[in-house]
Amino acid sequence: MNFRTFAAFVGPSVFMMLLFIAFPLVSVFKQSFYITQPIYETVEVETCTPGFLTQTCTTEEVSQPKLDEHGEVITRTEYVGLQSYLNVLEPERAWRAITNGEWNVLSTIDFWKALRFTVTFTLITLPLVVGCGLGIAVLINNAAKSIKGPVIFVSLLPFIITPLIGVLSINWLFRGDGILTATMEWWLQRDIALFAQAWTIEILMMLYRVWHVAPFAAIVFYAGLQTVNQDSLESAVIDGATRWQRMKYIVVPHLMPLIIFVSMIHLMDAFRTFEEVVGFSSQGYVISLQWLTYDFLVPDQAGNRSISRASASAMLTMIGIVILLIFPLRRTWRDHKGGH
Amino acid sequence: MKLKTILLAGAMSVMAGGAWASCSYENEVPLKSLTAGFEAWKAVTDAMAECGNFSASLDQEFREKQPEAFAANPSLYQIGGVANETMIPLLNAGTIRPLDDLVEKYGQDLLPNQLIKVDGKVMAIAMMVNAQHLMYRNDILADLGIEEPKTYDDVLAAAAKIKEAGVMEYPIGGTYKTGWNLAQEFVNMYMGEGGEFLGEGNAPSINNEKGVKALETMKAMTEFMDPEYLVSDSTYVQQQFQQGKIAMANLWASRAAAMNDEAESQVVGKVTMASAPMGSVRPSTTIWWDGIVLATNMSDEEADAAFRLVMEGIDGDMVSANNDTAVWLNAAYQPGELAAGAAASAENGAGAYPASAAMGVLHSALGNGLADYLTGAKDAETTLADIEAAYITAAKEAGLISN
Repeated sequence: MNFRTFAAFVGPSVFMMLLFIAFPLVSVFKQSFYITQPIYETVEVETCTPGFLTQTCTTEEVSQPKLDEHGEVITRTEYVGLQSYLNVLEPERAWRAITNGEWNVLSTIDFWKALRFTVTFTLITLPLVVGCGLGIAVLINNAAKSIKGPVIFVSLLPFIITPLIGVLSINWLFRGDGILTATMEWWLQRDIALFAQAWTIEILMMLYRVWHVAPFAAIVFYAGLQTVNQDSLESAVIDGATRWQRMKYIVVPHLMPLIIFVSMIHLMDAFRTFEEVVGFSSQGYVISLQWLTYDFLVPDQAGNRSISRASASAMLTMIGIVILLIFPLRRTWRDHKGGH
Repeated sequence: MKLKTILLAGAMSVMAGGAWASCSYENEVPLKSLTAGFEAWKAVTDAMAECGNFSASLDQEFREKQPEAFAANPSLYQIGGVANETMIPLLNAGTIRPLDDLVEKYGQDLLPNQLIKVDGKVMAIAMMVNAQHLMYRNDILADLGIEEPKTYDDVLAAAAKIKEAGVMEYPIGGTYKTGWNLAQEFVNMYMGEGGEFLGEGNAPSINNEKGVKALETMKAMTEFMDPEYLVSDSTYVQQQFQQGKIAMANLWASRAAAMNDEAESQVVGKVTMASAPMGSVRPSTTIWWDGIVLATNMSDEEADAAFRLVMEGIDGDMVSANNDTAVWLNAAYQPGELAAGAAASAENGAGAYPASAAMGVLHSALGNGLADYLTGAKDAETTLADIEAAYITAAKEAGLISN
């Protein structure tokens, strides 16, 4: 293909990527180093609000943003360096907690609390997703031809459901007197409150994530299973290899590139976990990095939001993903180089 | 038979049409409003729509849209619905207009306490008030010979008695959902203790004995709550009441009508509305108002028409037709038993929510930080100190505290 044709095909896509991915990313990166704030002045104001029968008036000093001659709020943008990152990371408090060996204190600082959960969540669900996906794929592969279609459809269902709806249904099934909790309570004859401590919520979140993502892994692995060399499998059977040995020495090595692909996708997705926290309204116990960014962005009742800290925490989340991806990427790179 | 039904339906629709035309004049100027979406706003905007040429957006996310929509020139909406705190961003940005001349022209029927004045100018017209107050199951308390609880000690004693008698395992409900709700509970308790939230130059001032007392009361309450209290919001508490699972709660007056809704509630007539429990100084609650503002960025003719329409929307006819929907501020309002709790709280001296830009930041910091105390991760002083630190970081970023 000559260069012009190549450019004509790739150009639009590169342009879109620049416009919708690179440019916003640069903008977020820049915002994390600046703070934009209105200029406030303190004025004494008498405010009257309704009592039940009469009015209550109070005079107090309030901060009011200054307006320019067009009635717009005057803002000031200031370069603050790494201040927003420090505000998110709170390194002094974190270091004090670490040097004193107080892990419970460390886990009450928002960023570290979120990081701790996000990392455990990602790393624990990873093998479960790969394992379950492989299991489902083998199951589908061994199913009789007549029921293969329906089995594939049913096992794909969890992946089709909108994530937030999936989380909410799990929430409602287990919340308070939800059907499943009520059943467990009846069966065990004791009161169960799954949303009253962190670890039960975390387990439910992981269960949900595995349930939701395993079908994706399964369908990828199932495709891979179709290309396993049948001759090798047959000769292994002749050599007396058990089902387990065939799996371990022939199927899994054959699927390895796919396993790495699924792992990478999962690492990226799970590190950005968000629906789980929102759907379970677990902020009191468990938060994730992505939720932290969101929380900075949501305006409070008086309309303030923390754009700079949100940008900083978004950049930190991205750095986290890059670090996690280094390991599988290095492996792929080695394989790639070795293969040629 | 069939013909009769059709005729009857026709007659009904004619009657409905008659009701539709109940506006006293015809509105010629196209107008739009953006308000919250709860029942009272529906009643008001429906009444305004009767005058024609009006479309209402009822949106629970109104507070995210309002500042931008009102900053546009001309404003995207002429009429806005706000409460104590949500008026602040509009007021600060100068996107809502003083209403004094319009009040003089059309506001003969307004009560003096409906006029929200800032710096001597009327900036909003309040239509209703809302407050959290004590609701309790009169049948259960009467059975056990418990008097109406007046303070939180009374509430806790009553809860202990109910639990001991084996009537309920978790007699108390509370809007303790992490975030806005939980922070609001602290604000209630702290106000009851007579505390001040902010000092000189917007410095936080909650880390004191009153703050600790407020936290301790909250924790004592949670001992009698379903252990999943950190996810329980107003709707959840309302349902717990309706299903007969709790006997007492400090709940919003706007939820009172639901207790007697026969379609949903199993406890019709069994829930009494009482004053919010007293703190050391005043009732542990805050009074909120909901009301109407008009945009700055529109012509005076439009403002004139908009104000006239608003007056039609919150007039006595609308209030009489929707008497139990809210605690209306209107001469035609008949305070029934459902409003008794809010009225009693106000009589006992409950304060208004201390809305300001800085309070918005503190409210968020409280919402995120309080759970650590209730789950036992931190003690009271550390919790309050950490919340103050979080507040200072956020307030500096917002420019409310100078570095």
